Amino acid sequence: MSTPAIEVRGLTKRYGPTTAVDGLDLEVGHGETLALLGPNGAGKTTTIECCEGFRRPDAGIVRVLGLDPRRDGARLRPRLGLMLQEGGVYPMARPAEVLRLFAAYYADPLDPDALLERVGLDDARRTRFRDLSGGQKQRLSLALAVIGRPEVVFLDEPTAGLDPAARRLAWDHVRELRDQGVAVVLTTHLLDEAEELADRVAIVDRGRLVALGTPDELTHGEGGELEFSARPDLDIADLSRAVGAVVEEVRPGRYVVRAQNSPRLVAALATWLGDRDVVLGHLQAGKRSLEDVFLRLTERDEVSGGGRANRRARPTVPEDRK
Amino acid sequence: MTADRRTPMLRAVFAQAAMELRMVLRSPESLVVTLGIPLGILGFFSVVDVLPTAGRPAVEFLVPGALAISVAATGLVAVAIQTAFERKYGVLKRLGGTPLPRWGFLVAKGLATAAVLAVQTVLVVGLAVGALGWSPAGGGLIAPVAVLIGAVTFTALGLLMAGALRAEATLALSNALFLVLLVISGVAFDAGTLPDGLAAVGRALPVGALGEVLRVAFSGEGLATAPLAVVVGWGAAAIALATRTFRWEP
Repeated sequence: MSTPAIEVRGLTKRYGPTTAVDGLDLEVGHGETLALLGPNGAGKTTTIECCEGFRRPDAGIVRVLGLDPRRDGARLRPRLGLMLQEGGVYPMARPAEVLRLFAAYYADPLDPDALLERVGLDDARRTRFRDLSGGQKQRLSLALAVIGRPEVVFLDEPTAGLDPAARRLAWDHVRELRDQGVAVVLTTHLLDEAEELADRVAIVDRGRLVALGTPDELTHGEGGELEFSARPDLDIADLSRAVGAVVEEVRPGRYVVRAQNSPRLVAALATWLGDRDVVLGHLQAGKRSLEDVFLRLTERDEVSGGGRANRRARPTVPEDRK
Repeated sequence: MTADRRTPMLRAVFAQAAMELRMVLRSPESLVVTLGIPLGILGFFSVVDVLPTAGRPAVEFLVPGALAISVAATGLVAVAIQTAFERKYGVLKRLGGTPLPRWGFLVAKGLATAAVLAVQTVLVVGLAVGALGWSPAGGGLIAPVAVLIGAVTFTALGLLMAGALRAEATLALSNALFLVLLVISGVAFDAGTLPDGLAAVGRALPVGALGEVLRVAFSGEGLATAPLAVVVGWGAAAIALATRTFRWEP
């Protein structure tokens, strides 16, 4: 890989006294899909909008296809596809008209009618944008992002408001882009979406990158732990004695055994559960869920009081994950 | 690779203009303002002689006013409101992410506005000549140029509002301005019947000034430079201000 499709170095963006993005570094290769994951206000949209050329960074360097999105926007935009978080379409226009309009902006666009069919808007081709459902609007926005055969695509919460079937359709679209060698950056709140789609996940919190890696790298905890779900409020003190390791209820009904996974450990757990007639929900060994990683990394002091009071000392962010 | 990806600019601008025009046609309230009001004023007051028209045949007095009002209705009201809501709904922002450059968008908007204006002019003049017996003594050259200059001025004023204010504020302000201009600019009736101060204000505003330029031109008295300068001045100020204050984002 010679030059990356997207290169962000030390990106900083402030709005008044608030620092939205604080020295962020990212690199996305051609044909790679990166998911920007983070709580609301983490700086995901600002980061993307700096790459799209909508915002001028206060500090740092942004290069997309080797070009400065602010200075070389005119050369960059024909090769760029994007999806804003909402709207962006004439309320009175119909999907077919909007796709044809956008097709006119590009030298070698996809066929608007075929694209309309592929995103499942064939039935709504004559419905005015304002009368489309939230999901239909999202699908049209996605189609507009790809109609120009872009080399780089930015998707800001592409599946917000989609039902599961439509989400899967959108995922197929994104995978197809990656297969065609398109670099994709998407923001999402959905952990399964990040896990499903992304080659790498960047977890962002308060404008900083707190973790970066493949979903596998992020979810493989240091030292294999055992995670299981069952009914809430098990007697974890007794269970801890029985299995010979610390057990925590990290969320109601969700337990983590802080010990190296072993056949003996699993047997002890199963025996304890069996003696008490407790039904096991799921059992996972040696791998944390991305959700767990995400919550640990982005947990805010102000929200960690009530709901997770039974959680023990919070693990700190390991340096090597930065 | 990059060379053959260059935007087909002519195609893009025309597609954009067609979309803008389609959106105008799909908003009935803007058609009422752009076509209904000027034609209504011209038709009604030509036939029903109730307003003071300075001793001239009503139609002779009303045609220049109706033209000035139609230009104002398009630029100051229709374009302003449409653009304001395009901004509110993020259309302008989204277009900023496409290869259509801003100048391309403005040219497209200009083309769509010009198309509306052409229809208005044909209808106003057609109604006056065909049904109301209007025959101007001159102005064949000056009037079209004045209408174009007026169109640029009012569109710039409309965009000034649309790019700086909230969409709802633009909606309210443009309609209010339009109403005030309609009353004090001497387009529908002779401003001489207004109090002196108000009449002077009317003459200093672009609708009254444009009406005056057209009235003089159609009477065969040539170019009225002072009122034309007023129209140009408003246009230049609006453009200068709009280029500094226009925001593309919601």
